[in-house]
Amino acid sequence: MNRRDAVQRIALLMGGAMIGSTAILTGCKSETGKPTEWTPEDIAYLDEIADTILPTTSTPGAKAAKVGQFMTVMVNDSYEEKDQKVFREGMEKLNEAANDKYDNDFIKLTPQQRTEFLTALDKEAKDYAKNAKEGSDPHYFRMMKELTLLGYFTSEIGSTQARRHVPVPGRFDGCIPYKKGDKAFT
Amino acid sequence: MADNVFDAIVIGSGISGGWAAKELTEKGLKTIMLERGRDIPHIKGYVNANKESWEFPHRGGRTQQMIQDYPVLKRDYPLNEVNLDYWVNEKESPYTETQRFDWYRGYHVGGRSLMWGRQSYRFSDLDFEANAKEGVGVDWPIRYKEIAPWYSYAEKFAGISGSRDGFPTLPDGEFQKPMDLNCVEKDVADRIKQQYKGQRIMTIGRVANITEPLPGRSNCQYRNKCWLGCPFGAYFSTQSATLPAAQKTGNLTLRPWSIVTEILYDKDTKRAKGVRILDAQNNKTYDYFAKIIFLNASAINSAWVLMNSATDVWDGGLGSSSGELGHNLMDHHFRLGASGIAEGYDDKYYYGRRPNGIYIPRFQNYGDDKRDYLRGFGYQGSASRQGWNRDVAELTLGGDYKDALSEPGPWTMGITAFGEILPYHENKVTLDKSKKDKWGLPVVNIDASIKDNELKMRKDMTGEAVAMLEAAGLKNVKSFDNTYYMGQGIHEMGTARMGRDPKTSVLNGNNQVWDAPNVYVTDGACMTSAACVNPSLTYMALTARAVNHAVGEMKKLNV
Repeated sequence: MNRRDAVQRIALLMGGAMIGSTAILTGCKSETGKPTEWTPEDIAYLDEIADTILPTTSTPGAKAAKVGQFMTVMVNDSYEEKDQKVFREGMEKLNEAANDKYDNDFIKLTPQQRTEFLTALDKEAKDYAKNAKEGSDPHYFRMMKELTLLGYFTSEIGSTQARRHVPVPGRFDGCIPYKKGDKAFT
Repeated sequence: MADNVFDAIVIGSGISGGWAAKELTEKGLKTIMLERGRDIPHIKGYVNANKESWEFPHRGGRTQQMIQDYPVLKRDYPLNEVNLDYWVNEKESPYTETQRFDWYRGYHVGGRSLMWGRQSYRFSDLDFEANAKEGVGVDWPIRYKEIAPWYSYAEKFAGISGSRDGFPTLPDGEFQKPMDLNCVEKDVADRIKQQYKGQRIMTIGRVANITEPLPGRSNCQYRNKCWLGCPFGAYFSTQSATLPAAQKTGNLTLRPWSIVTEILYDKDTKRAKGVRILDAQNNKTYDYFAKIIFLNASAINSAWVLMNSATDVWDGGLGSSSGELGHNLMDHHFRLGASGIAEGYDDKYYYGRRPNGIYIPRFQNYGDDKRDYLRGFGYQGSASRQGWNRDVAELTLGGDYKDALSEPGPWTMGITAFGEILPYHENKVTLDKSKKDKWGLPVVNIDASIKDNELKMRKDMTGEAVAMLEAAGLKNVKSFDNTYYMGQGIHEMGTARMGRDPKTSVLNGNNQVWDAPNVYVTDGACMTSAACVNPSLTYMALTARAVNHAVGEMKKLNV
């Protein structure tokens, strides 16, 4: 991202700052987090959450793009310690909430149940953000969703299959026709 | 000739240093170019240039370790995973701040010519005359007509693409064919012209990315990965352009890892006789001698070198007799503007990643236009369709959500103002001997801030941005102001200004240090005022002009 892109991104983003790695927009003070251990089960669990947010359609979904693994790298390396804690505790909270509602672990829910459950959780996260005081911890589901989007759309699958990626465009054409359904260029 | 004796020495290898080396060597002078950092060879040194987003573990973002290691860089966008190696190691080379100043540096061959923004505009007489007319700072010792041929010379070699617009505040140049505006930008440009009856225009950025091949360089491939270094040599940098030209002459010696600690001054001849360097790798000291010295270490570091030179004659260093060395530090203030949504273009898109945007040249305080502040600003920006990082109405997750985000979003257009900062004597850099860098050298202290004139201008920068985008038919137009700290423009200027009087300026009208006429300073340090346009093209033109002068003087035995 060069200056023009950065300026542009700031100008255009309506969604606000990302957590941790992009403290650029918030200017918040950072503390270094300690890397945390992740089990294969953790990664599989995160993959299922990510794949519910961005499932396989005509193109592969988040699990195929290894988004669970990506989330652990980002939480380890880019998150501040307090955010790492929110994320790890959030993984437990999410599963507890699934058990409260469906009497089952998230990973054992049907696709329909997962979608219904995470849709409700997304609303909860948005309501939380609306009422949150400045400086309070972000909602864990916002973190998960944000990392899922970032991890997926910057992955090889998200770039070359979900979207169109031309490594060396060779020319710039400022005005070409577009019809609904055409994929975005990276 | 001894191996430490040259005709000319160039200190620094960035945009202006590279130009000095090219011009000096092409005029037949045996020249050594001293660079404090490592070498980054053209193409093979650009280690990330062909990587894709998914090849970076953090997808280009920053880690907590990086945030810890780069306390200054982290303040803004330059801290990132993809070209981290191009930014200075802050632990090795610290500085101190009396007031916050974000100093983003590149200590390697090519300097910031590798990472620069590439926007290339001429100053006009509106800029060269302003100080004298308004009684601000000192008068520029040159006018547009003196530098115009050198702008042309620099543009032709560097390769600047752009459109000739005939707009009075932004002189046209020798451009390669312009890049395209996209559909929305075209319509916005038409409406602005219409709404403001030609008193304001919006044009494609004039940019040092070539659209037609030049010797050894391909035209732009529209990857928009410039700041990784371009394997096609499609944008101007020391590596792609001036260094190969200088090397071709057989007259250039390039010496990386060479920290110039002082210019050696001869009291008897009142000339510099050479420079002393500290080898950054073996910590040994070496002296080099030459008839001509070009100081191009970047504005703040050039001031640092001068302050450390000839201190036995002047306490404040070479060029300090005016009392202006290190003072009048300038930058461009920005990080504010407006954006809006363009409706009615859902059936339009663009192909290629254009590494360039639009430009709206200064229209304030020109002709009949009068504002409650001095000088003015221009806008840079672009229109584009939003990407995956957007909200989608009605959808929060699932297959439809994913498919929607895989398509381009609504068209938006944003513009950011870049404004002039006046030269204030109290905005300054000084030596801070209380702190040492890795090599035991004193660091600089920076003490600068924007003042009333800039703050008044900033109100207008957002106000006009909203008004213009609305006049151009954009919807839901909103202003933004992300606040600005000096240095963030990465356009440091003014610390050894040119002038007409040795009592009030460090350099004369040919960029010679008044107190040592065989020392030329042609980087940002020399700037008498900042204008509101990106300054690098002006450094190129001034450097070529100064070399021409230096070689002429040498032949006349005047230096």
